[in-house]
Amino acid sequence: MSGGARAFALHGGLIVLLFVLQFVLPAYHHGNLARIMVLASYAVGYNILFGYTGLLSLGHALFFAAGMYGMGLGIQHLGLTPAPALLLGLVAGAVVSGGLALLALRTTGVAFMIVTLMFAQAGYLTILYFGEYTRGDEGFVIQQAQRVLWGIDLSDAGNRYFAALILFGTCLMASLWLVRVPFGKVLVAIRENEERVRMLGYDIFVHKLAAMIISGTIAAAAGASYGLLFGYAGASFASVQYSIFPLLWVLLGGAGTVLGPFIGTLFMFYLIDLSSGVTTAYMLIAGVALVLLTLFAPQGLMGELRRRVWRGLP
Amino acid sequence: MTLLTTRGLSKHFAGLCAVEGVNFDLPQGEVRALIGPNGAGKTTLVSMICGRIAPSGGQVIFEGRDITALPAHKRIMLGMAYTFQITSVFAGLSVGENVALAARRRLKGADVGLAVDDALARVGLLDRKAQEAGDLSYGHQRLLEIAMGLAQSPRLLILDEPTQGLAEGEIAEFKALIRELAGKTTILLIEHNMSVVMELADRITVLNFGEILAEGTPDEIHANGEVQTAYLGNG
Amino acid sequence: MPGNPCARMDLGPYIVLASLEGAITAAVLALTAVGLSLVFGVMRVVNIAHGEFFMLGAVIAWWIAHSLGGHPAIGFAVALVAAPLIVGALAVAADMTILKRLNYDPERTIVATIGVLYIIQQMTLMGYGPDARPVEPPFNTRLAIPWFEHGADGWAMIWPWGLGTTSYKLAVIGAAVVLLCGVWLLMSRTRFGLVMRATQADRDMAQAFGIPVERVYALVFGLGAALAALAGVLIVPIQQAHYLMGADPLLLSFIVVIIGGLGSLPGTVLAAVLIGLSDGIISVFFSPTLAKILATLLVGLVLVFRPQGLFGARSG
Repeated sequence: MSGGARAFALHGGLIVLLFVLQFVLPAYHHGNLARIMVLASYAVGYNILFGYTGLLSLGHALFFAAGMYGMGLGIQHLGLTPAPALLLGLVAGAVVSGGLALLALRTTGVAFMIVTLMFAQAGYLTILYFGEYTRGDEGFVIQQAQRVLWGIDLSDAGNRYFAALILFGTCLMASLWLVRVPFGKVLVAIRENEERVRMLGYDIFVHKLAAMIISGTIAAAAGASYGLLFGYAGASFASVQYSIFPLLWVLLGGAGTVLGPFIGTLFMFYLIDLSSGVTTAYMLIAGVALVLLTLFAPQGLMGELRRRVWRGLP
Repeated sequence: MTLLTTRGLSKHFAGLCAVEGVNFDLPQGEVRALIGPNGAGKTTLVSMICGRIAPSGGQVIFEGRDITALPAHKRIMLGMAYTFQITSVFAGLSVGENVALAARRRLKGADVGLAVDDALARVGLLDRKAQEAGDLSYGHQRLLEIAMGLAQSPRLLILDEPTQGLAEGEIAEFKALIRELAGKTTILLIEHNMSVVMELADRITVLNFGEILAEGTPDEIHANGEVQTAYLGNG
Repeated sequence: MPGNPCARMDLGPYIVLASLEGAITAAVLALTAVGLSLVFGVMRVVNIAHGEFFMLGAVIAWWIAHSLGGHPAIGFAVALVAAPLIVGALAVAADMTILKRLNYDPERTIVATIGVLYIIQQMTLMGYGPDARPVEPPFNTRLAIPWFEHGADGWAMIWPWGLGTTSYKLAVIGAAVVLLCGVWLLMSRTRFGLVMRATQADRDMAQAFGIPVERVYALVFGLGAALAALAGVLIVPIQQAHYLMGADPLLLSFIVVIIGGLGSLPGTVLAAVLIGLSDGIISVFFSPTLAKILATLLVGLVLVFRPQGLFGARSG
């Protein structure tokens, strides 16, 4: 299948490019790119639910934070080493997203958006409420000594970049694989016409539930990695803003495309990075981008590319 | 053997009776047409049969089993297929993928591809397999709907106004297709085009104001005076 | 209640005080939430930026009072008229340039109003700054409230320390009642109200009968924002103006609108009174964070299990 080969070449090519870039980038951008890859993994997870299944969640910060705090609290209070702590973060993400899915999937459309928003906000407030353990808004630092995974010091910039690349590569390829297998096709079909899928004999609820757990677990993996790689966990990562970010990145890059989440995260990161040098009101960029994207480019950058150049782009 | 039975099946919308106490029997292998004036409750009746809407009262029995409480997707798995009155193919997916989604419920691996090609060939869309479904003409989208129904190889195929919007030539092909299926597959056909009904149906059920007005062979229905006034009269 | 500023007060007078403060919350909340409910009811648009209109009302009130000077009543009176007009006009502009172009698609308008939220909030941060600034109330007489206590010689009237309110706070409650009656009259007794209700009932039918639906939508969105701005002006002499002050009224309005039944005005007002009063009293027993956790969970669960609201029949 030449379409499949091209898709594999494109996405594999991006990973190779990212691998090579670490040797040529100046330190500042090197650090940024590591951060962008972790955040883009978060966006990849969000895209599975929003872009491919058509469910617009406003509460993904809850899953990101579940991973971050599952990992962070595991190290801080249970004395775990990084590997089991990461696993704890993943499990926390799967459990939280599954639990929320059982409730929120009873609703659709606008109600689904508000329900996810509300539960995520409750999660954020819960982190603040148990400030004794979570240190609330201030957050807590994960010490360098606690960030050694299998003998590799993740606070070292080179190692950190490589770890971020492995995370992102895995998420990207998993997402590419997912949308090519029958299960992923059913998700896309649900986005296109839910009632028709039901009348082909598919259990919609089970498929949406699975999509939400996969999406939430990837978000949690990103959250746990972020905490571990950058040595910090704080309540701001659970705030509404961190639910809006993946939506913004995916909208910008192109919802329902495999590459879109990365492209969107990359662009928005540097846009905000540049503007925060000029003003403290850097979220203005996010607001303007959200409005302009919904108005003029709901397909996002990769969506436009798919429409104009390569129709088979996954 | 009776494949499908309904007993006292009723649906009320906000106090309005859309379907009232329908007792309906469909023997295995028959092609049955369901006709009646607009608003007679035809789509409501078949929607209750395949589980898209819940009845206000009564039972649906499929192959001797009471399926009234079963959700739609489980009924489909028992061997029903329903093609929509309003064309609802997956516009963003390819024609082949549309049919594959239907076939994958019962097949795996290479068999899916074979079933897809077979279903598309039967409706004459095989050469458009790679095209995006949204780019097809309206008539072709209707045929794709039917192909999706065929790929499910159902025991009961419910077709809701399949020839609506088809050209003359396409209607002729559709008739040939149904004749080919007849005997192997039980078909319940909602149809407005009387030539299609008269040529294809073994028996006809006439619905009026949510109740069964008459039932019989095409000739009997054609001769029935009540049906004449209720239905054929207002064309 | 350790750490409570009113620890020296008995529970009884304290609850009276909490209810009074709750009544003010309820009054302001009812105005804000009715605005949100009106927009959702007529336009089916969930306006996430609603809290920012509230904040703008407060900030504009500060700006007017600050630039006019003189007696606080002058600036306040001007703000009471000008702020809702300015904010309403802004909302009309947002409707015409953004929401209309999205064809009022429910999901896309939510995303767009999130964008509008950040735009308004961050522009305010740039223009007005990160500080909280006070506005002097137009009048502010202290009124003490008596309490009856059963002592050695029977019932006696006492004046517990700290139990009291101000004339301005009572005026806020009064003003909200008057304004809500005004909204009710507008909806039920005027031609514009009739047109709004017709549009709410069936948009296409209204259009077929020659109602300029798009203009109605723009006006409703402006009216909803103006109500929020009015609430912001009323609260700013009690609470200071700050660029992030829109978040809480947004959350509380959501709670009120969802519990009161989406788009139902009487339900909204009833829920506002209930939530406002209980907010004051609940905060006696719970920490504010815990109260907020419970409130957000309540909204989520109501939407999941009783989408028609806690009172009222199924609406639309």
